[in-house]
Parts: sequence; C-alpha cells; structure tokens
Amino acid sequence: MSTWIAIGVTALGCYGVKLIGLLVPAGVLERPLVRRLAALLPVALLAALTAQQTFGNGHELVLDARVAGVAAAAVALVLRAPFLVVVAAAVVVTAGVRALGG
Amino acid sequence: MDRGKPDALVVRDALGVGVAVGLSGFAFGVTSAGSGLTLLQTCALSLLVFTGASQFALVGALAAGGSPLTAAAGAFFLGVRNAFYGLRLSQLLRLTRAVRPFAAQWVIDETAAVALAQPTRRGARIGFAVTGLSLYVLWNLTTLLGALGAEAMGDTNAWGLDAAGPAVFLALLAPMLKSATERAVAGLAVVLGLGLLPVLPAGVPVLVAALAAPVVLWARGRREGAVREGER
Repeated sequence: MSTWIAIGVTALGCYGVKLIGLLVPAGVLERPLVRRLAALLPVALLAALTAQQTFGNGHELVLDARVAGVAAAAVALVLRAPFLVVVAAAVVVTAGVRALGG
Repeated sequence: MDRGKPDALVVRDALGVGVAVGLSGFAFGVTSAGSGLTLLQTCALSLLVFTGASQFALVGALAAGGSPLTAAAGAFFLGVRNAFYGLRLSQLLRLTRAVRPFAAQWVIDETAAVALAQPTRRGARIGFAVTGLSLYVLWNLTTLLGALGAEAMGDTNAWGLDAAGPAVFLALLAPMLKSATERAVAGLAVVLGLGLLPVLPAGVPVLVAALAAPVVLWARGRREGAVREGER
C-alpha cells in the first residue's frame, strides 16, 4: 500500500510541475536566481544519487562490482557514446566483474 | 527565407532520440521489478510519472527502505526541472489551452532538447510530437518487457542491472557539468549524499544533498559581491 502512496504522490507531483511550466505566463519563473537554482537542483540530486547507488548498500558504503560498471559508463560518456551504450557498458561490466568473483 | 530543416530530417532526429532512450525503459522495468515493485506498480510509474530520473530515484529509495513520502519527495524534486522546460516550450510551441494538459506529460529532457534545437516553430512542433510519442510508447512497452524479464532472470544483480540506475543518472548529469559552479554543486552533493548515508534515514541524504545547489549559489553570490566591493 505504501508503495502505491509513493507512486501516486510522485505521479501527481511530476505531472503537476510539467503542467505548471506550460500554463504559467512567462516571466513568473524567469527571475535569474530562480532559473539558476532550477538548473543546479538536478545537478545536486543526480550527483548524490549516482554516488549513493554506486557505493551505497543500505546504510553502508561499499566497494563492489558496481564501481567498475559505473566507471565503464563514465569512460563511455567521455567517448561520447550514445545513451543506450553508456547504460549497457555499466550493466555488462558489472555483470562481468561479478562473474569473475568481484 | 530560412525554412529550417526539412520535416523528414526533424522526424529522423526525433525518432533517433525517442528510440534510443525509449529502449532504456527495459533497464527501468528490470530495476523496478528487482527492487520489489509489482508488475502493475512498475508499469503505472512509466505511464503516469514518465520522467526517467524520477522513476529510477523513486524505486531506488523504496528499495533502500525509504518512507513513501521521502522517496516521493526526492523523485519530485528531480522532476521540478521539467517545469522550466515547459516554460521554454510553451513560448516556442504556442499550444492552445485545450492541448496543454495532454502535451504536459511529454515535457521531459529529451522532448525539450529536440524541440529547442529546431530553428522554426513547425520544426519544434514536429520534433516535440514525434519524440514524445515514440518515447512514450517505447518507454512503456520496454518497461513492461523489463518487468516481465526480471521475473525470468531471478537475481537481477547477477546480471549487473543494479548498475543501470547510477549509469542513467551519470549520463543525465554529465552534459550539465558545464562550468565550475555545476562541478562544485555536484562535488558537494556527492560528499553530503555519501557522508550522511550511514546516519540519516533512507532517502533523506539525497534531499539534504539538494541543498548543495542553494549553498554554492549563495557562496558564489557572496564572493562576487566581495569582488565588487573590492573594486570600488
């Protein structure tokens, strides 16, 4: 049940912010400070999420095969690989390192 | 007169993005099912939330044992950026009021990127519609296949699929790291996110890490203010 609550709240919230962008008159959210903050907020969230899902295991920080996988994704990004290749590189390398006992 | 790109070229670019990103719904379906969500819950997320980073963040937070509202808050804050895409798009596309509630669900990173790259309104409208439709259909189809596949795979971690989430986040993050400000925000957020992970309830460290954005902005504002004072 609590999972459905999370899904419902996320769906309503995410649809709401999408719609607000299309409905409010230009200028309301166009202040420089608001724009800067809105651009930096996803940077902070994505960086924290990347780090946590690479090193986090419950409440512990661990080094396991995911680190190699995410490093492979980073290399793919530097080489300007397409989105799908970046994700595939992470999955394949992680699986490979685990298969080798890492 | 500059007529912009031919329609066929816009459609091709839009389909390229729509198909490539749409296929990665498979990774979401597997991750979500592997995190313990049911088939129905996984598909509901892709149909109703339809903004990839928020979906990955939500299932990740729930799997880590976060409370539903903390998990939803993290996913919501990630979705806030779509409001700013909407602002840009509404000026560019000039949609009628009746169409806006329907177009809103497709206001995401990829549709905004394709539409905003077009030099004409016609191109932007075609780019938005084709990217939105192809991505929505494929993302939901591959979510379903991924969730079904996860059941067949058994332990999804053995297939390395727990690395799909962070790889998706990293791929979205990389093009945003344009200047020292963005890199400072990312660095501080990583320190906060990892440093607080052992001590705060699941899902909360990410919300605290979001404060890196206003903190860095405030610090820069102060420094620039000090430089201006010094010039006087």
